[in-house]
Amino acid sequence: MAVMSYAQAAALALAHAMEADPRVVVLGEDIGRGGIFGQYQGLQQRFGTDRVIDTPISEATILGAGVGMALAGLRPVVEMRVVDFALCAMDEIVNQAAKNRFMFGGQGRVPLVMRMPVGIWDSSAAQHSQSLESWFAHVPGLVVVCPATPQDNYSLLRAALDCGDPVVYLEHKTLWGLQGEVDVQAREQLGSARTVRPGRHLTLVSWSRQVHACAQACEALAAQGIAAELIDLRSIWPWDRAAVLASCARTGHLLVVHEAVQAAGFGAEIAAAAAEATGCRVRRLGAPRIPVGYSPVLEAQARIQAADIAAAARGMLEQTR
Amino acid sequence: MARIRAFENAAEIASQGGVSAYGSSAGAGARVRGPLHLSTGQEAVPAGVCAHLRTDDYLTSTHRGHGHTLAKGADLARMMAELFGKASGSNAGKGGSMHIADFSVGMLGANGVVAAGLPIAVGAAHAQKLQGRDAITACFFGDGAINRGPFLESLNWAQVYGLPLLFVCEDNRWSATTASGPMTAGEGASARADSLGIAGEQVDGNDVLAVDEAAGRLVREVRARRQPRLLHAITYRVKGHVSVDAAAYRDPRELQQALQADPLARARSRFLAQGGDAAVLDAIDREAQEEVARALAAADAAPWPAPEAAFTDVQTTGAGLWR
Repeated sequence: MAVMSYAQAAALALAHAMEADPRVVVLGEDIGRGGIFGQYQGLQQRFGTDRVIDTPISEATILGAGVGMALAGLRPVVEMRVVDFALCAMDEIVNQAAKNRFMFGGQGRVPLVMRMPVGIWDSSAAQHSQSLESWFAHVPGLVVVCPATPQDNYSLLRAALDCGDPVVYLEHKTLWGLQGEVDVQAREQLGSARTVRPGRHLTLVSWSRQVHACAQACEALAAQGIAAELIDLRSIWPWDRAAVLASCARTGHLLVVHEAVQAAGFGAEIAAAAAEATGCRVRRLGAPRIPVGYSPVLEAQARIQAADIAAAARGMLEQTR
Repeated sequence: MARIRAFENAAEIASQGGVSAYGSSAGAGARVRGPLHLSTGQEAVPAGVCAHLRTDDYLTSTHRGHGHTLAKGADLARMMAELFGKASGSNAGKGGSMHIADFSVGMLGANGVVAAGLPIAVGAAHAQKLQGRDAITACFFGDGAINRGPFLESLNWAQVYGLPLLFVCEDNRWSATTASGPMTAGEGASARADSLGIAGEQVDGNDVLAVDEAAGRLVREVRARRQPRLLHAITYRVKGHVSVDAAAYRDPRELQQALQADPLARARSRFLAQGGDAAVLDAIDREAQEEVARALAAADAAPWPAPEAAFTDVQTTGAGLWR
C-alpha cells in the first residue's frame, strides 16, 4: 500500500475512475491547475481540457451544467471550492439535482458528485469556515459523505462516483495534507461506518476532522480508565444506524461530536434516533451558534477540542454514577 | 398549435370544481390539482421552434411547459394522466403540470424555478459537444428569467465553450403578476445576448410562420456551426399566472388588443386568404378535440399511484429509505 495525502488520494481516485470510465468528467474553477487544495493535481495534463474543464466563476451553472451532463449520459464531478460557495448553487443542488429522479417519475438519474470542502480553515472567517452537512442531509435525494482519512477519501470518492445518484462530497479543508496508507483495491459501501476503536463505557460518534479530535480524547479517557468506543460515520446520509445503535445498546451512553453548529446539527438526529431506539443516555457536542470569527481568539470559540470531548464524556459518565 | 390549445383548455376545465383562491391549488373537486400555468396565446413559439428539432435533440422548459412538451413530441394522453396525478402519467404522478417531462423524446423537464432550466440545458449541450454528437439542445425560458443570474451565467458559458444550444426567450410580457417591462433594464433578451457575442434575433412570437422561419434558420446555424444562438419571441400571456389567477391587475384593453393577435386565428385567416380549404383546418381542430377527449377519459379511468411509490425513485444507496 502506498502512503499518500488526503488530497493525493482524491486525485488518484478520480484518475482511476476516469481511466475506467470515459463518461467521468470534472468541472470547476481553477481545477486545471490542480484545484485550490491540490486535490485535482495532474488530472488536466493527463486527461485533457475536455475532461477536466476549467470554468467561469459561475457556481449555479457549474452545478446546473453537472445536472444536464448527467442527464445526457456523463458522470460529472463538480467542484465548489468550499461549501460556503456552494450556497450560490443551492437551487441547483436542492431543487434540481436532488429532485430530478423523483419529480420526473424515474425517467432520468443524476449520477453527479458535488465536492464542497467543509470546516474551519485557519483565520478564514465567517464565509470560508462553515460545516453545513446537516443542510444537505435534510434534503431527500442527496447522499452526504464526509471522509476523515486518505483511505476513505480514495474509497468513498470511488463509491460516490459509482452511486448513480447525486452525492454531496464534503472533504475537510484542513485534512488535505494528512498522510496515510491507501489500498486502492479496497471498496466501500456508502453508509457503512468504521469503528475506529472499540470500547465498553461510552460510544463516541463523529465524522470528518472531528474523528481525529475524538481519537485524541479517547487516549486521554483511556488513561483515566474509561474505554470509549469511537465510530467514524463516514457518511451522514445514509448513516450507519445499525452500527451506532448496536454500540449504544452495549455502552448505554452516546456522545455525538461534530464541528458544525450544535443547534439543529446532525448530532441531534443521531442522538434522538439512538435514544428512541435504545433508551441510552445521549449528549451532543458541537459549536456554539456563532459565525466563525477571524481572530484566533474568536475562532477558538467555535472549535471543539479533544479536551472538550474528553470532559463531556467524563461528565456524562459521572452523571450516571 | 391546435393540440396545445385543446389540451390546455381541457386541463383548465378539469382544474375547476372547487373553492380556490389565487396562489392556492384548485379546489377539492378538481381533477387537475395544483398550480396550472397555461400558455394560451403562446402556442406559435413551441410549434415554430420544435418543428425544427429532432427526437434526439434535448429540450428544457419552464413552469409553463405543456406547449413545449407537446410540440417536442410527447404523448398527450400520458401528459393528461400526469396532470390528473395518475400512475400512468408521464412522471408516474410525481411531478404534475409544473414538472411535466418526457425523456423518451428528449424533453428533459419543465421546471418550477424561473431560469433553472438554462444551466441544465448548458450541461446537456456541453455533453453533446464532448460526446461528438450532432444533436443540439433548445432551452425555453420566459422574459422574467433574463433578470436572474443563471441566464447571464448560461449565455456566457455557452458562448465560451461554443455549445450547440438554442436559447428561446418566450417573452409573454408578464413576470408572475408583475409586468416585465418596468422590471427590465435595457432592451431585453436579444440585446443581452448581443452583448456577449451571441447572435440574437427578435421575432413576432404570435406569427407561427415568422417563428418557423427564424427558428429554422437559427437551428440550422446551431447544428452546423456548433455555436449558441438566441431567439427572442414576443408573444402574450392571455391567462393569468396560474389558472386560478383572473389577472385582475392587468388593463383589460391590453388583453383585448392581444386577443386580436391570437396565433391560431392569425394562422387560420392567412391559410384561408392564401386559398386554403377551411375543412382541412376544421379536421385538425376536430382531431385535436377527439384526442384530448380520449386522453381525459383514459386519465379518469387510470389508477392512482400506489402509496408506496412515494418511496421509490428517491435514491439508491443500498441503505433503504427513512420512514
